[in-house]
Amino acid sequence: MIKLIFYLFAGILIFAGTRVITVKNPVHAAMFLVLSFFSSAAIWLLLEAEFLAMTLVLVYVGAVMVLFLFVVMMLDINLTVLREGFARYFPVGALVGSLILIEMLLLVGPNYFGLDKFQVPDTASTVPNTVALGRVLYTEYLYAFEIAAVILLVAMVAAIALTMRSKRQNKYQDPARQVEVSAHDRLKVLKMPAEKAQ
Amino acid sequence: MKISMPFKPIGIIAGLLFFLLAGVILVLWQLPIITIPLLVITVAGLLLGVAYLTYAERKIIGYIQVRIGPNRVGPRGWLQPIADAVKLMFKEIIFPSTANRFLFVAAPALTMAPALAAWAVIPFDDKWVFADINAGLLYILAMTSMGVYGVILAGWASNSKYAFLGAMRSAAQIVAYEIAMGFALVGVLMAAGSLNLSDIVNAQRGDYGFLNWYWLPLLPLFLIYFISGLAETNRAPFDVAEGESEIVAGFHVEYSGMLFAVFFLAEYLNMILIAALTALLFLGGWLSPFQGTMLETAFAWVPGIAWFLMKTSIFLFLFLWLRATFPRYRYDQIMRLGWKVFIPLTIVWILVLGILILVELPPWFSTAGV
Repeated sequence: MIKLIFYLFAGILIFAGTRVITVKNPVHAAMFLVLSFFSSAAIWLLLEAEFLAMTLVLVYVGAVMVLFLFVVMMLDINLTVLREGFARYFPVGALVGSLILIEMLLLVGPNYFGLDKFQVPDTASTVPNTVALGRVLYTEYLYAFEIAAVILLVAMVAAIALTMRSKRQNKYQDPARQVEVSAHDRLKVLKMPAEKAQ
Repeated sequence: MKISMPFKPIGIIAGLLFFLLAGVILVLWQLPIITIPLLVITVAGLLLGVAYLTYAERKIIGYIQVRIGPNRVGPRGWLQPIADAVKLMFKEIIFPSTANRFLFVAAPALTMAPALAAWAVIPFDDKWVFADINAGLLYILAMTSMGVYGVILAGWASNSKYAFLGAMRSAAQIVAYEIAMGFALVGVLMAAGSLNLSDIVNAQRGDYGFLNWYWLPLLPLFLIYFISGLAETNRAPFDVAEGESEIVAGFHVEYSGMLFAVFFLAEYLNMILIAALTALLFLGGWLSPFQGTMLETAFAWVPGIAWFLMKTSIFLFLFLWLRATFPRYRYDQIMRLGWKVFIPLTIVWILVLGILILVELPPWFSTAGV
């Protein structure tokens, strides 16, 4: 049963993964990427890694891909323009691609990732996956965890600094000052004697 | 009307549908027999709840604005939602000529599916839950964060400027408020020490009745959660994604008939979901408000689900009340509120909460009762 479900989701995953790079419309490609994230989350669920599965959906499907779509949808993509330099860039692209392929072939394979290289995870543990992960993360891998957090913080600060490069030229509103405004600053009520009707 | 694009990817859709159907059958096969009628009852109840929520909305806003509201179909207008549903079912679905037909049809389904799926982990009473999973709260967050796809795709696939503007606004807004919402939930799971929704409710049990619930120690998070929920469901005063006075109807401006109805179903389902979640996380779910007091035995005959539904109804009423009261936020004000007010507030309160838990502040965090 579990095997059947696994092959179902693995089939969808591979199908969606190939469609990401073969489909022409970038919005469709992004949606297929969402589908592939979703199916890999389902496969993780089969491994009883519910925390990882939910986090994958939450972070990648729920936030990263939304921003991705946000950008992709605003692009005005003209396929003929994209194809223009194809012949010129093809040798470079092929070289880089084949280099990556060779590197991956050297690493990914039974030499390093074979089933015999990993011990079977202890599925009979009594604590839920989330608790177990939290314990390991905040004890054994605390150092790595903190370094990752600092790197992310630096990235965030850098992103903010990039957008704040220049002095602010445009007009903007200061909500604190807006709140403090009272009617007397803006409006002057004058008393005028009514003119006599003729 | 000219239909420019034939339905080309029919093979792909058929294949995906086959996979989906196979998946559904596989899942149903594994469920105990008793679950299937319960599932049908729950979904039917939810849809009926949605129908009468629209009626309640029109009535309540009507009375707030000193009108009567719908009163023609059936006694006191009680059959109005049925009439609306029938009307929508028989209306023509119009496809804009340059729309992306596949995504145009898929978008409403993509909003509806997560809105329904999230209900799987909601406990209606003690042990009354379809999937009593440990990562329940994460599951809820994951599901609610997926609803935005329908809105974005609807805006893009319609190939209309208004719809696209609505989709953009919605995407930015939901990403902003999701963070505040997530931090509010972090507070809840810190307090309860669990991601399981039933455990979270049981952790609010105590001798001081409704004072034991998390709304008191987590008051800022409670308010932020509910307000972020308003923003997530695109409800007034955060309904800039629809913004009928600026961008006509936003993302669903090109939709008609049943496809339009599905968007509405999903929106109201999400409203009920947020209301139910707020009741579960901050108001003790199915727990009696008189627990541990003299009145406990006097109200012991009230089933837990009744308390739960009552608490949910309070928040649903709040949804409608807020819509009738507040004008729509300006777009930049929404962003400011989300990023510069809510997120810092939640982070500060998480720190405060950590201290409260460390000093084991009674009655909420004393370890003696656990």
